[in-house]
Amino acid sequence: MTLSIDDARWHPIASSDDLPFRHVFHGQLLGRELAVWRADDGNVNIWENRCLHRGVRLSIGINEGGELKCQYHGWRYANRSAGCTYIPAHPADAPARRIQNRTYPVREAFGLVWSAPSENAAFPDLPPAGAGTWLPLRPMPVNVAPEDVAAGLAKAFDAESPDSLTVRAGDAVYFVQPVDAGRSVIRGLIADPRTDTLALLRDRNRLLVKLRDRLERSAARKPAPAPLQPTYEKVSAELATMPDIAVPHGGTMIVVVKRKWQTARGVTGFELADRSGSHLPTFQPGAHIDVHLPNGLVRQYSITNGPGELLSYVVGVKREEVSKGGSHALADSVREGDLLTISEPRNNFPLRRDATRTVLVAAGIGITPILSMARFLDKSDLPYELHYFVRDADAAAFRDRLNALRGKVTVHDALARDAIRQTIGEALGRWSFAQHVYICGPGSMLEMVRALAADLDWPDEAVHFEYFRNDRVIDDSSSFEIELARSAMTLQVPAGKTILEVMREAGVTVLSSCEQGACGTCMTTVIEGEVDHQDVYLNESEKRANKAIMTCVSRAKSARLVLDI
Amino acid sequence: MKSDKLIDPVTRDLWQVIAAAEEVPIGAVETTLLLDTPIALTRDGEGQPVVWLRTVEEAGDEIDADEIVERLPVLVRYGYVWTSLGNPPPDIFPIPEYAEPDRKNMSCGSIGVNVSAPRAVENFLDMGHFPYVHTDILGAEPHTEVKEYDVEVSEERDEVLATRCRFFQPRAALSATEGIEVEYVYRVPHPFCSVLYKSCPEDESRRDVIAIFLQPMTQDRCRAHLLQSMVDSVSTITELRRFQQTIFGQDKPILENQMPRRLPLDPRAETPIRADKSAIAYRRWLSRKGIAYGVIPQAG
Ligand code: FES
Ligand SMILES: [Fe+2]
Repeated sequence: MTLSIDDARWHPIASSDDLPFRHVFHGQLLGRELAVWRADDGNVNIWENRCLHRGVRLSIGINEGGELKCQYHGWRYANRSAGCTYIPAHPADAPARRIQNRTYPVREAFGLVWSAPSENAAFPDLPPAGAGTWLPLRPMPVNVAPEDVAAGLAKAFDAESPDSLTVRAGDAVYFVQPVDAGRSVIRGLIADPRTDTLALLRDRNRLLVKLRDRLERSAARKPAPAPLQPTYEKVSAELATMPDIAVPHGGTMIVVVKRKWQTARGVTGFELADRSGSHLPTFQPGAHIDVHLPNGLVRQYSITNGPGELLSYVVGVKREEVSKGGSHALADSVREGDLLTISEPRNNFPLRRDATRTVLVAAGIGITPILSMARFLDKSDLPYELHYFVRDADAAAFRDRLNALRGKVTVHDALARDAIRQTIGEALGRWSFAQHVYICGPGSMLEMVRALAADLDWPDEAVHFEYFRNDRVIDDSSSFEIELARSAMTLQVPAGKTILEVMREAGVTVLSSCEQGACGTCMTTVIEGEVDHQDVYLNESEKRANKAIMTCVSRAKSARLVLDI
Repeated sequence: MKSDKLIDPVTRDLWQVIAAAEEVPIGAVETTLLLDTPIALTRDGEGQPVVWLRTVEEAGDEIDADEIVERLPVLVRYGYVWTSLGNPPPDIFPIPEYAEPDRKNMSCGSIGVNVSAPRAVENFLDMGHFPYVHTDILGAEPHTEVKEYDVEVSEERDEVLATRCRFFQPRAALSATEGIEVEYVYRVPHPFCSVLYKSCPEDESRRDVIAIFLQPMTQDRCRAHLLQSMVDSVSTITELRRFQQTIFGQDKPILENQMPRRLPLDPRAETPIRADKSAIAYRRWLSRKGIAYGVIPQAG
């Protein structure tokens, strides 16, 4: 059987011992190079060994525990998804979502790490090793075609001639890892004899060395097979055009409520996971998801997770006394095991990782994005301090996660307004180069921090916050023309009317939800013309890119807008 | 000859750097590789370099330059010997600063790198890697931002020009002691050469000049020849040289881990960001020129 790069079988590519704490292993399979690393949560990642940015091998990158960091420009890729979470050259921007490296299937069994070009193949099933366990032999690289190595093994150990790259012989099983058309590694397993183990291992190793030498000698007399030619997949056309933005188009997914618990008085924690146990899409610290509630409403909740935690999203929901029906619906009627529709994560509150000091300020339920930020900074050993203001000690959510942080974390309970002001003032101090503050909490808190920061010389760019509600006064005094490219219609938008209203009056069906420029449902692609953005959904770079518009509040600066609708 | 097919006409007609002038022996043969073609060179009695297609000569052989009849064109510029396998233009690109009398001009060595010449040019243009690759020298974490800058392809000079480039550096040059925002201008006046100008710590009105000239040996191997033209009254030539060699020594292992080794010109081969504007302009410029050596041309 000749090898192809699409060979669908599972092959061992490393020993479990090759993946010690925070290490990145350089693996090879069927002519492809692989970057193999174990995250702190135990998950083994097998990725194409090439950074999507400029092609540098990721096997020389740095394993930060939850993210892998490329050596060349420090791009971070998340455990499990291989999605890019941070681009240091543009620290204020959230990277485009589709920057995601190629991943390969992984299994870990019998002390070996396995991979295959696709998940479809059946995993080799190995009988229990007699009475004991399987012991891995020392891997033996052989510069010989894998088929020939398997044949050689079968002959040497008097086993049946193999129809695959697996040779069973008595107390042992030998797997031939096809490194390339002319290169292999023999990875053997032997049933633990319990006595004289060392002697047996040594003996087997000696036999394998002899076999290797013999096979290499006879291979030298034949022409070497042509190496396999793996190809690199192209990145999407959208990414190729310098993606300072990639406005997502409302992808949703269904998740299951894996766990629901009371994390503080009035705050319910929800753990949301994929139904089949796969990982969820990449998120960045500060990101949120839209949750579609059973009563038809859509609400935004920040993800509290740390780096590389993609098996579930944990969000916190505050049961507001006066609620418009959002948090009640979630906190009361949704139970463990229920299914929910959520959006892919979006980030309008990106965390810069280029600060010499980061001050995190949270009040009440505002802890959720701040907690995620703290966990990222913590993992990368970046200096930060977190101040969490709560009404009383029982109201502090996610205590266990806060306690696990190693930075300066203070929970302030029951402080009066003046004391809060003083605490924040002290925490901020006079601004100096490369310091940033992030605030999440009620509007009054936000205003307080912004005023304090301004007094202490903090420039606007160093003060970060997020809106989930559009509190801006919408200026609808302009009038302009819109051309609907796909509907072949030209309409006039007068002062006092929104684009959305005008389109609907003309009989065009457009979806909307919040109608205040906060949820993104009415987002439309802009083909031509300059947008007067008045929403809080798009982030600054997305607005600058002028590629999308929230038709419920935003308008035109130019006389004409051409929309893709 | 097999290599003929590999060399596109544009590349063939360019001047290519092959050695530091002062290192070419008088009366003895030096050998090198240019565009997959074995080259031999020596200097004649007057010290003038003589370059020819190598046949049986070995490095170190004694030779009388007058006996070499079939010669390749030769130019000595910026301390380096340049030749061409085709019909080169009358001169190479200008670096006017080189002629300023008070500058310290020096070649900083020729370093072989297992990567294509265009990959090495692109690395030279790149500021984003300073904090990671030239840690504590040209940059330091956490200061990683690449601010907006301008790029144009100058029609008149046929070169890529990046201006208003700024980067925060803890120790930008040998004579710098504390962190500053350094300003750069980058030129790519030749498909395999780049020149950078950076703010000079000693004299605000002038700029230090550093150039990289790449000798494409094969499609995926090159030799980097470095030039410095500095306004620095304090440091010695040896110190300045060592500084530049340290910097390039840090780039080399990264370059040799870039895959593929040839520079892909298909815009969808890799993922550019705004910080890579100059690299994008460079790739497009190479494409437009029809350069096929050391690159993976865009299909179709
Ligand atoms: S090549 Fe990996 S970050 Fe640039
Ligand atoms: Fe560099």
